[in-house]
Amino acid sequence: MADIKTKDFSKASAVSILDPQLRRALRQVGTGFDAARRAAIDEVSPEIWDEWREEARRIKVHSLDHLDYYLDLLEQNVTKAGGHVHFAKDAAQANDIMGELVRTRNIKVATKSKSMVSEELSLNPALEAQGVDVYETDLGEYIIQLAEETPFHLVAPALHKTKEQVAQLFTDKLGIPYNDDINALAAAARLALREKFILADLGISGANFLVAETGTLVIITNEGNGRLSTSAPRIHVGITGMEKVIPSLQDLAVFLRLLPRSATGQGITSYVSMVTGPRRADDEDGPEEFHLIIVDNGRSKMLADPDLREALYCIRCGACLNICPVYQKVGGHAYGWVYPGPIGAIVTPSLVGLKEAQDLPQASSLCGACREVCPVNINIPRMLLHLRQKSAESPDPSERSAGLVPNLLAGSYTRVMRSPALLSASHKLGRWKQNVWAAMPFFPFSKKGGMIRKASLPLLSRWTRMRDLPELPKDTFRDIWKKELSKDKEGH
Amino acid sequence: MDVSFQEDQTCCGQPLYNAGYSKKARTLARRVLDTFKDSEYVVVPSGSCAAMMRVFYLDLFRDDPKMLKQAELLSSKVYEFSQFLTSVLGVEDTGSTYSGTATYHPSCHLLREMEVRDEPETLLRSVSGLELTDLPGAETCCGFGGAFSIKFPHISEGMLADKVENVVSTGADTLVSCDMGCLMQIGGGLSRQDSDIKVRHLAQVLDQDQSSNS
Repeated sequence: MADIKTKDFSKASAVSILDPQLRRALRQVGTGFDAARRAAIDEVSPEIWDEWREEARRIKVHSLDHLDYYLDLLEQNVTKAGGHVHFAKDAAQANDIMGELVRTRNIKVATKSKSMVSEELSLNPALEAQGVDVYETDLGEYIIQLAEETPFHLVAPALHKTKEQVAQLFTDKLGIPYNDDINALAAAARLALREKFILADLGISGANFLVAETGTLVIITNEGNGRLSTSAPRIHVGITGMEKVIPSLQDLAVFLRLLPRSATGQGITSYVSMVTGPRRADDEDGPEEFHLIIVDNGRSKMLADPDLREALYCIRCGACLNICPVYQKVGGHAYGWVYPGPIGAIVTPSLVGLKEAQDLPQASSLCGACREVCPVNINIPRMLLHLRQKSAESPDPSERSAGLVPNLLAGSYTRVMRSPALLSASHKLGRWKQNVWAAMPFFPFSKKGGMIRKASLPLLSRWTRMRDLPELPKDTFRDIWKKELSKDKEGH
Repeated sequence: MDVSFQEDQTCCGQPLYNAGYSKKARTLARRVLDTFKDSEYVVVPSGSCAAMMRVFYLDLFRDDPKMLKQAELLSSKVYEFSQFLTSVLGVEDTGSTYSGTATYHPSCHLLREMEVRDEPETLLRSVSGLELTDLPGAETCCGFGGAFSIKFPHISEGMLADKVENVVSTGADTLVSCDMGCLMQIGGGLSRQDSDIKVRHLAQVLDQDQSSNS
């Protein structure tokens, strides 16, 4: 699997949030992607949009409820069309299957169209270890491959790079003169990649959808690299997660409307490629062999967990990233693995282990904007809460990670709040401390007009780094009610 | 209308629930269910507490049919303050006066869990002497998020900085919201900048006694 750096979330996010270049790049997700998504929805009308979302969700619920049936049907129909289906239970097995294919077919060069699952598996290093040169052909993926980085965003992997950085990267890695004109950069990548497409023996693709009734792999792209990868080399291997299967071509229609609008605001992508088996006898081109590797890698555990199953409905549009105020601040790399943002905060702990990625579900204000934009109505905040419950209370020690301090705090909070008398007493004690501190010239609190400017106490000091804290008032509402309001009421 | 304050009440349990301590949250939730069992309506001045009682109690007791019934009963009685005024009492004009320019921050739970979108602004528009200005990026979270603000202060502060910038850009002299958490967060941010912008709960603006001594 890809390197897991989820434990560094706090540190990594504290660094990325201060990076001025990332600030500029991340502004685009709101003003660019999200604005385009809104415009696209207004165009079809929010009412129709909501009908589509519900239909899409129904299809996903049904497909995942009957996943064994549809995977079986898919396998039958891929086989009928002359293709081969391989099931991989984890990353190692998926890479082994691929390794076996490249060894037995004597493959030296592979081109790959965009695939997040291949990132999850660390497929490129695994292939390189077999002596295969792998070339990413999606422009964004190509850039981050040259830069030896990981995707920053589900849809726009190189979002964090400026055109100047890309120009420098191309100069360094491709040996071409520096030119930061975007069209020139795209042309340079096209030129470099075109020769790889011609050389390649193997084309690798992901899949946006797998259609069970026809055995069809569907990818939607904007650059044409997907079509070249799946048709030019003599072997095409599709590799994807098992949750991508849907029953029929008719079911595909609503997703073709939802996905591009949610991702980039497009009514439809430039290319919608449907691949059913290898080249047939009367086809003029296409691969001689077609293989489909269907990857579990932790997904069946999510499927079995009613609290997490919903995350498998995700179609990887990235709309939740684009609206998320946390993602907009920290960017994709801080999340420490392949899938960033709100959906990543659920998928990552589910696939790499909750303890390993315990910070991710906590790093949310639970504002719910992600749920509001999700094209399949995934209740992301609810799943974040359920993951937090596992972290705090799971009987399984491999999931539970809450430390002693949070446990003690939660315990004392509960004890105080169970008793109105104890709550009143705590308020009085707090007031007393506050007054004593205020009277001491050098002590922790410094105040300004009823607001505390600096509280040098363990948790409160984190609040007052950049925010003032209101003082505890003399009277609580409970006191005011007792003294005045309840008597007012009697007077009426 | 007979208004009472149940002196036995404390916390709805939201901080515990949001931190994943659902068992402890249930301890507090059971108290709440008991405390308000005879009330016809429960009016809550904070959107996220209201959402806890109206929406999240149903999740909290989903595996306990007997308690779930009680939670469902409470859920149907819980209203956030502005929601109660408009949809139960049918009041859209409180006859209040307030002199100043205000802008409204819709708190996330009120907006997305309670689905209270227009009610607070409807009430604010009826206040004579009050001019309401639109807040850019209004529906973006202020960054409070309870324990999130302490666990990840750098992210919370970053979100707050955007919110404060947007509030200041309106030129309003008063920021109004319907959630104590957001008010503490945005108020804390404005205060740190020595801003003169007043931070008020909707009820404080609608309360005529308050408007004269604001």
